[in-house]
Amino acid sequence: MIAEAGLAALWLAASLALLQLALAAIGLAGGKSELLGAVRPVAVAQGVLTAIAFALLITLFLRSDMSVLLVATNSHSMKPWLYKFAGTWGNHEGSMLLWVTVMGVAGAAVALFERALRRETHMATLGGQAAISLGFYAFLLFASNPFARIDPPPADGQGLNPLLQDPGLAFHPPTLYLGYVGLSVAFSFAVGALLTRQVDAAFARAMRPWVLGAWILLTLGITAGSYWAYYELGWGGWWFWDPVENASLMPWLAATALLHSVTVLATRDALRAWTVMLAVIAFSMSMVGTFLVRSGILTSVHAFAVDPQRGTFILALLGIYIGGALALFGWRVGAVREGAPFELVSRETMLVVNNLLLSVILGLVLIGTLYPLMTEAFGHKVSVGAPYFDRIAGPIALTLMIVMILGPLTRWRRDRMREVTRRIAVPLAVGTIVLVSLAILAWGTIGILPFLGLVIALAVAVGSVAPLWKRNLRRTPLFTWGMVIAHLGCAVSLAGMACDSAFTVEKLVAARPGDVVETAGWTLRFKQILPVAGDNWTALQADMEASRGGGEPVLMHPQSRFFASPPTTTTEAALLTRWNGQLYVVLGQEADAGRWQLRIWWKPFVTLIWFGGFLIALGGAMALIGRERRGWLLKWRARKAEEAFA
Amino acid sequence: MKAKHQRLILAVVALVALVAAGLLAASALKDEAAYFYTPNDVKTKGVEPGKAIRLGGMVVKGSLKKAQDGVTIHFDVTDGKATVPASFKGITPDLFREGSGVVAEGAFERNGTFQATNLLAKHDERYMPRELQGMQYDEKTHKMKAEQ
Repeated sequence: MIAEAGLAALWLAASLALLQLALAAIGLAGGKSELLGAVRPVAVAQGVLTAIAFALLITLFLRSDMSVLLVATNSHSMKPWLYKFAGTWGNHEGSMLLWVTVMGVAGAAVALFERALRRETHMATLGGQAAISLGFYAFLLFASNPFARIDPPPADGQGLNPLLQDPGLAFHPPTLYLGYVGLSVAFSFAVGALLTRQVDAAFARAMRPWVLGAWILLTLGITAGSYWAYYELGWGGWWFWDPVENASLMPWLAATALLHSVTVLATRDALRAWTVMLAVIAFSMSMVGTFLVRSGILTSVHAFAVDPQRGTFILALLGIYIGGALALFGWRVGAVREGAPFELVSRETMLVVNNLLLSVILGLVLIGTLYPLMTEAFGHKVSVGAPYFDRIAGPIALTLMIVMILGPLTRWRRDRMREVTRRIAVPLAVGTIVLVSLAILAWGTIGILPFLGLVIALAVAVGSVAPLWKRNLRRTPLFTWGMVIAHLGCAVSLAGMACDSAFTVEKLVAARPGDVVETAGWTLRFKQILPVAGDNWTALQADMEASRGGGEPVLMHPQSRFFASPPTTTTEAALLTRWNGQLYVVLGQEADAGRWQLRIWWKPFVTLIWFGGFLIALGGAMALIGRERRGWLLKWRARKAEEAFA
Repeated sequence: MKAKHQRLILAVVALVALVAAGLLAASALKDEAAYFYTPNDVKTKGVEPGKAIRLGGMVVKGSLKKAQDGVTIHFDVTDGKATVPASFKGITPDLFREGSGVVAEGAFERNGTFQATNLLAKHDERYMPRELQGMQYDEKTHKMKAEQ
């Protein structure tokens, strides 16, 4: 019964989305404004129904109802409850339902809480949101019904890929999805504003919290995904340039550009057309990402759902939405009036350069990701790998960091070159001194890119706190603090990446229990190998004692785990985190009688990479709270003033 | 400065950035397009020693040998038309085995051995690198054959 109820809720929600679109379209185009009043309640009801459908699917997974095809193929009655829960979205149909649910709930939130938009734009936005949802409803109901039954039901399910049975990965996809879908709201805002010809600062102020929110979640999702790949796959790296990883990086790059341009539009009323364009691009990149991951059209080590027919469906949706939005943009861009002018030396220009550089990286990553697809159409099988991406992304990202130092030190509207030079003199001098002393110290020991990375990281760190110089820190708005923290986060991440590639020490040995391995100042005593068992796995576990400089030994337990359903072996690395780095131990296979392969890394300051990602997201959250709080304060003051006059 | 001039300058800057990016992509792609090689590509086109590439093929049955140090392995990679020797120092992915597909990242040494720095891990049994699709290892003849 639960499955049927879920399907019914989904059909109802889809019909409401159709109604929502019709009400908004007829209300706006036919001038029947009395219809517009019904749009908001319909949007709220639609959101509630999708949430119900999703909750019912979760219930089916938690109860291990094997008569439902999706549960039978992706879950197992012996699985720990957390992974039954997370298994709901660890598959194609479930993740698509999660997508629609987040869209529905976000639509309801826009209907309920959005106050800054003009009424017509608000209604057009809700209509746009319904139009996007409709495509995904159709996709779910006609091509990938999550509630389909299987007869006869199997006794036990096939289980979830063990690599996904990790707390990190249980919450990584929903975080990314929330980000993707947040960008769909920005997209709907842009479509709404184009339809009602109201692209201005007020529109940007209404859109900004959504962009910020989506961007924060994308940042967190990417950071978590990178850390998951680092510790769960046992390879010790943090980025692989895989199409699936690029699928989340591309929307992030677009959202970062959008975040900066929407700030220009909100505070200075410039870059109107560009901001709208970026909102379209950012959501398009979410869709391209979904298409890449879900179609299995590209080689990826972790494209899980491979189904060309579904790929075609998403490709069609992609064509309709992006094509439609671009056509609307081309048709209405003439109606977007020119914004406020600014001089060439100004913060606006810096942000334009920032946008250009981000767009260039985005374009190059997109080309690299899709290039194999294009050549394959001509019969060539080509794979574009890390060397291509490193070569293009490295230099542009380092240039971007320099713009990041200059931007916040430049004034809005107009500034003088001499003034700017005077302001950057301190970071510049510090940077030069550090550069020279580092160069003398590190000469010949580390590569040129890690070296440049460290220097630029330091310069960015100094440059990002420079806007606080000579300011009253207590009275500095939270928004400015957010920018400072987020930029500092970039410096921290960059420093972590540079340290990892410059100073990592690796040791690979075949050792017997009882052996002692020395590396990078650490002493590892290999005590024994034991079989251990967990909820739904068995493992071989190495017991090791790690100590440094005669300090207290710490126990480490790298494992090689075996899962029975589906039959898979996974590597569980053991990590020991210290303030100055991480010790990373992987247990390999039995080399010969009695000897076991061990791979040991000492990675100085590697954790800075993810700490930086966290700081970036924190900065975003501070900016979001700062803006919202100011809005509440202003409203509160206005009400007080009204009361005083009354 | 007039708004018109300003827009013109911005457009020119954007154009220059675009062209530069395009050139960068084209040059990087030209180098990296020849990134994936099968043993037969290596034989016919030749790869200079030290150039980072991906080598894909099947691990020849009976070719896998472990070195004394316990962490180095030697094996042959074939695509049915040619075979190249390869070696790898490290922990092999769980699904790396004889008669199965492999994609190895690394470079050739002067003596013609492929020195792999990374063997691409597969996430599950069914996964086959796209570049190797249509290839299968024949258990009986120990040779490559096209998938029926």
